[in-house]
Amino acid sequence: MAKVLVVTSGKGGVGKTTTSAALGAALAQTGESVVVVDFDVGLRNLDLVMGAERRVVFDLINVVQGVAKLPQALIRDKRLETLWLLPASQTRDKDALTEEGVERVIAELRERFSYVICDSPAGIERGAILAMRHADAAVVVTNPEVSSVRDSDRIIGMLDSKTVKAEKGERIDKHLLITRYDSARAARGEMLSIDDVLEILATPLLGIIPESEDVLRASNVGSPVTLGDRLGAPARAYIEAAKRLKGEDVSVTIPRPKKGLLDKLFGRRAA
Amino acid sequence: MLISKNSMRLIGRSYIAFVFTPEAPIHEWLKELDAWLARTPGFFADRAVVLDLSNVKLSKSGIGHLIASLHEREVRVMGLEGVDSSQLGPELPPLLRGGREAGVSESVTKPSAPEEPAAAAPIRPTSLLLDRPVRSGQSIFFPDGDVSILGSVASGAEVVAGGSIHIYGTLRGRAMAGSTGNPGARIFCQKIEAELLAIDGYYRTAEEIDATLRGRAMQAWLDGTTLMITALH
Repeated sequence: MAKVLVVTSGKGGVGKTTTSAALGAALAQTGESVVVVDFDVGLRNLDLVMGAERRVVFDLINVVQGVAKLPQALIRDKRLETLWLLPASQTRDKDALTEEGVERVIAELRERFSYVICDSPAGIERGAILAMRHADAAVVVTNPEVSSVRDSDRIIGMLDSKTVKAEKGERIDKHLLITRYDSARAARGEMLSIDDVLEILATPLLGIIPESEDVLRASNVGSPVTLGDRLGAPARAYIEAAKRLKGEDVSVTIPRPKKGLLDKLFGRRAA
Repeated sequence: MLISKNSMRLIGRSYIAFVFTPEAPIHEWLKELDAWLARTPGFFADRAVVLDLSNVKLSKSGIGHLIASLHEREVRVMGLEGVDSSQLGPELPPLLRGGREAGVSESVTKPSAPEEPAAAAPIRPTSLLLDRPVRSGQSIFFPDGDVSILGSVASGAEVVAGGSIHIYGTLRGRAMAGSTGNPGARIFCQKIEAELLAIDGYYRTAEEIDATLRGRAMQAWLDGTTLMITALH
């Protein structure tokens, strides 16, 4: 039974696209067939983050409008054969997405893949609503900042009212992914703590992705962070989050500040 | 069920609208409004506003000018009250009658629907229980009585009740109790981080709430025209 996931946040720049690519790759590595769909029509980025920008011929809009068939628009990842991408159009805007078209594409994707990951655009307008419309579960990406948390709260409210599942009276599974968590700043009280975020959003935690240069580097070279050094902190955190998405029971570790020079001199070991 | 094409059902529906009662001189009144809007920007952005002109004498062009000035402040006037209908033209909002006073800053208008004689009114519940948090951007409106919420009210959310409001969680958004003209209504919450509290139209914004109360369990009630807030424990 295929599962449709939406990666959403309300606010822009919190890491939806990075998360879509990283979770997609991590799930595909476990042998599942995964497609990541870019819903950010007009501002497509997922193709760059996944390193497929030079192979885009047809896109989501073409399929929605019936100009191209789904298999023509799907791009298989060069590194992982179970990972696929359905890119967005850069030349159109969100108005080109139609409710019926999206429904048809998602239904077709459900038949071909075991995971359909919808990378939502920022905002609460048409694009974001259509991206969440047919989801079975949602990954809400939040930075530990007040503005991001409030926008995520708004999106959670919309997940509970504007999705097909919600309209049928069912509840959509929501998972909270805290990204760009800087343990040093959190220790100094410059960011919201994990507890604060969880208390405000009252949503189960899927994982905490530490702020890291690995993530930026991975985006720039077009390789999801989970496909690079799997031992790096963000890659490990995404791989664990993917396991939790599959229902495995993996405890969440809160990243701690790196040991300072004094700690090293005294040779204390990390707990 | 068959509905013949030349019959049309006309159904009355009541809505809450804020009533503005401008005082002469108008420019002074607008200044006062500006000061209020500066403190709570965008408050009227998506709200229905009715203009009660009974305290001022304005010509037709004067009314048009006032509506335009309000429009500039993102206040959209949906209807007028307290003027003679002969003074109004098709370009002005319609005249409303039968508005029922419902509080200092809020009012219910109940247009009657003579085409539909009211059937035996079903018994309406007088309280509303919500068992999940109220999320940012959501608005709970229950004019018939008390609202209880098992969970928090997020920043950017609002709860409007005709009776009291009970929040078993943190209040980070707005709570407006007694909104249909009930000064005896109260607001209770386990933890106050509110943006705004109001009872029967008397309100306090976050800035005016004593900082020592923040984060504590509290109740708010009305003492005459003053909104009082005290810690519960």
